[in-house]
Amino acid sequence: MIDSIVLAAAEAENPLLPKIPDLVWSSVVFVILLTFFWVKVLPNFKKTLDARTEAIEGRLAEAERIQAEVATQTADIAKAQENSRAEASAIREQARAEGVAILAELKEQASVEAARITATAKQQIEAERQAALVSLRAEVGSLAIDLASAVVGASLANDKVAGKVVDDFLAELEAGDKAGKKK
Amino acid sequence: MINLLATVAHASSSGDAFEPPTIGEFFPNAVLFQGTIFEMNRIMMIRMLIVVLLIVIFSLWAGSFKKAYKTGKVVPSRFQLMGEISLNFVRNSIAHEQLGKKDGDRFLPLLTTIFFIVLGMNITGIIPTLNIAGTSVIGLPLVLALAAYVTFIYAGVKKHGLGFFKNSLFPAGVPVAFYILVTPIEFLSTFILRPVTLALRLMMNMIAGHLLLVLCFSATQFFFTSSLVEGAMRLFGGGTFLFGFAFTLFEILVAFLQAYVFTLLTTVYIQLAMADEH
Repeated sequence: MIDSIVLAAAEAENPLLPKIPDLVWSSVVFVILLTFFWVKVLPNFKKTLDARTEAIEGRLAEAERIQAEVATQTADIAKAQENSRAEASAIREQARAEGVAILAELKEQASVEAARITATAKQQIEAERQAALVSLRAEVGSLAIDLASAVVGASLANDKVAGKVVDDFLAELEAGDKAGKKK
Repeated sequence: MINLLATVAHASSSGDAFEPPTIGEFFPNAVLFQGTIFEMNRIMMIRMLIVVLLIVIFSLWAGSFKKAYKTGKVVPSRFQLMGEISLNFVRNSIAHEQLGKKDGDRFLPLLTTIFFIVLGMNITGIIPTLNIAGTSVIGLPLVLALAAYVTFIYAGVKKHGLGFFKNSLFPAGVPVAFYILVTPIEFLSTFILRPVTLALRLMMNMIAGHLLLVLCFSATQFFFTSSLVEGAMRLFGGGTFLFGFAFTLFEILVAFLQAYVFTLLTTVYIQLAMADEH
């Protein structure tokens, strides 16, 4: 059968030899479609792809820009935080130092005050002691006089010497009194 | 079965007899413009139909591309995406892969045209009522092969000047004495066999595919309807039909494959012509 096909082919047509109309129409097909693809289809296709590439790249660039911006902002925030933390610790430190200073000052004041109070108290005590001494002395004088009067009173009329002793004694007391008053 | 077919084919000359397909299938009677250089037969009309179909489809796609970049719509519609996938197949998988972006785009119009002409014309071989490939007559494969031939020589001459012929015919690194042997071989393989094999590979694939399909389906008709076939012999018709069906699917693959091979080889020839050293 294969033989018969080949024989038939040899008799009829040689498929390897192109006929003129075949070549003409083939060229028409090729030229029309080549022009069509070259002029119409591919330029539009390329523009679409380019536009898409551009859009995608544009968006990527935009995203990168935003990312960079956010990174800067984050860094700023971190720096600000760091700053405020440092500031806070500085303030704390200062406050502590001030507190210590105030405490020391207060202690100083308190001890000064205590010293002053102590001094005043001592003076008062001294004054009271003086007053007590004075009044005691007066009392002792009068008591002594009373005693002496009691003792001397018994022998006063009898003894003139005794009278003179009393006088001397009183004079001496007066002199003591005068000296005390002057003082 | 072949024996049987052959016997039957020889046995009878009546209308019931099995008629094997002949090469005459590819030379149908003229329909229009008889006797002129524009004589049209069925196959030429099929070619023009495909031209019209390609122009319609790709015009719609070009329109959707245009609309997309005019409106700045980045996300393609489903229809537009189909066009992009088709065109990107040639652009990325063939042109850019072999030639790089810049040169790939330079030769893209030719490569795209070749691919879609060959694919469109091949696929008519299995479309009911058309039933014959537009590339199964030598003219179109020849014109496309010539276009490829002219293009790769142009690419080589443009890049290397006349050095292109020297590079091709006198490959570097071969001892001078061997040029007696190498140069005729290189000349034959580069400047004669390349276009010839491009054209013949395509045409013969389509002729063989068509003959196979006709053989299977005319045998099916013969077994089912001929008065020469009796009883259980008719069951052979089922077998031949299944064969025909399988070969139809196979022909779809072949149609794509031959379009791919033709375009890829054209690209490779261009790439070789522009390569710095052979």
